[in-house]
Amino acid sequence: MTRFMDKTFWGLTIGLVVILVANFLLEDWLRFIGLQSMARGAVALGLLILWRAGLVSFGHALFFGWGAYAVALSQKIGITDALLGIIIGTIASGLLAFALGFLLRRYRAIFFALLNLAFSMILYGVLAKLEVLGSTDGIGVKQPSYFGITPEGANAHITLFCFTAIIVYIVALAVHRYLSSTLGAMTIAVRENEIRLEYLGYSAEKAIHVKYVFSGLLAGFGGAVMALAVGHVDPDSMVYWPNSGDFVFITILSGTGNVAATFIGALAFELIRTFAFDYAPQIWQLLMGGTLLVIVMFLPNGLWSLTEHLGKRRKSAPSPAE
Amino acid sequence: MARVLEVHDLEKSFGGVVAARDINVTIDEGETIGIIGANGAGKTTFVNMVTGYLRPSAGRIEFMGRSILGMAPRRITTLGLCRSFQVPQVFGSETVFENVMIAMGIAESRGPALLAPLFAPARAARAETHMARYQIADYRDVAADALPQGVRKLLDIAMATVRKPKLVMLDEPTSGISVEEKFGLMDIIMAALREEETTVLFIEHDMEIVERYVSRVLAFYQGEIICDAPPAEALEDPRVKEFVVGQELHRSTHGAEETGNA
Repeated sequence: MTRFMDKTFWGLTIGLVVILVANFLLEDWLRFIGLQSMARGAVALGLLILWRAGLVSFGHALFFGWGAYAVALSQKIGITDALLGIIIGTIASGLLAFALGFLLRRYRAIFFALLNLAFSMILYGVLAKLEVLGSTDGIGVKQPSYFGITPEGANAHITLFCFTAIIVYIVALAVHRYLSSTLGAMTIAVRENEIRLEYLGYSAEKAIHVKYVFSGLLAGFGGAVMALAVGHVDPDSMVYWPNSGDFVFITILSGTGNVAATFIGALAFELIRTFAFDYAPQIWQLLMGGTLLVIVMFLPNGLWSLTEHLGKRRKSAPSPAE
Repeated sequence: MARVLEVHDLEKSFGGVVAARDINVTIDEGETIGIIGANGAGKTTFVNMVTGYLRPSAGRIEFMGRSILGMAPRRITTLGLCRSFQVPQVFGSETVFENVMIAMGIAESRGPALLAPLFAPARAARAETHMARYQIADYRDVAADALPQGVRKLLDIAMATVRKPKLVMLDEPTSGISVEEKFGLMDIIMAALREEETTVLFIEHDMEIVERYVSRVLAFYQGEIICDAPPAEALEDPRVKEFVVGQELHRSTHGAEETGNA
């Protein structure tokens, strides 16, 4: 579990430096893909926490959209600061997850997955009908300010990218640390044996609730970033159920071996989708489906398992804890 | 000697079926209690009620002088009454070491401390000591699913005792273990529990084990305790002979041949 502790830290740090430098060299469209990858990757990170506990959610677009709308609405009352907006979006989704968690924590497996879907569809239905919130057209999101300064033109996205990358770095390290904590280790306990967990002195439902809130916070964060990156929120591209499917797709593609994997997977997902859409607009869904099929059949533990294969080849007997 | 557990007039019925009736038991510190009885006599129901898994229909349960009736198992566990299971309840995909570490982490952490790293060196050292006490250190890096049954039983008990509980209840610690291995297993368990000064109650079908390890026997029959006495006396009791030992002997001599027809 902590085998990658140091490696993950250095990996993420190097990753941050590389993308911060790349940020200034990238073309606009690639930078936008990077931003989307970080936003969707954050949601997938939330799914990873649940996944390790044996739970899958088919409805995290709920928290993604909730966070995005929270940013858009906070601008309406005059909050244009990026950091404040992101904090508002994150906390708004965390609170929603906390409230729904009292119900969700009682369900497992397919019921858990679909109950999430149900809630996301309720939000979708409400947003699509609410004219105050622009119904299906959604609402615009202005370029945010950063501690009083509002960058213009190309600088806007460069700044947002730097800003997001630094927060994602901190968040990824925090999640990594969480996963190697006692509370994080309960993900395994929940997945493997709830009775034993109970008789060790901890409530499985409480453990799930905590994880659910974390996943909600992460999805809200992702949604907030996406709202600022796209400059617009609407039910179809934020809350509709295929968005939830995208997050699950990214989780499968990445594997749940490491927090860094999630962002690599998210980037791979965005690139595959963009290129499939550009070069094969007639059959891009077919290519996405094919990708998923190949991953499930040949890399059931996701892209991250590639690194583990390499690692195993190098050292024969890794110790489980360092 | 201090009183550890006091159970008064405990009763449990499932619909019309009475699973426990008039259960009155007191357990003092340092005792080793054996529960005997045929299948369906209410032994596990008793353990399940005391540890909070089942809510009794009536009665009182006091642990260390306070009522634990209606408390959730996790709450009772934190008070120092732990249990192991007939079918070991472990985290199958994790190694022995990881199982013990998770158990210790949960036992030792509350609130914000739960966010501290699980694999702290000090805890790892304690886990090694604990594994050594239960003689499972040789299997340190083996996944729990791949363990021999006896070792998995020991792991289950080791996980139940990471809190150094006041009282531990073992549900059939030797079931599924071959006759030759039973005494060795019990020696390990009893030595470890004595070292930890834990009062122990266990369910057992093998009368030789009962005679050898316990200081007192509770014999269950149809949801009632029909005998509460030291082993020598209990195993001579006519009702115990008729309803418990007789059936047990019958089970062990003919069990193998009759499984096909049963």
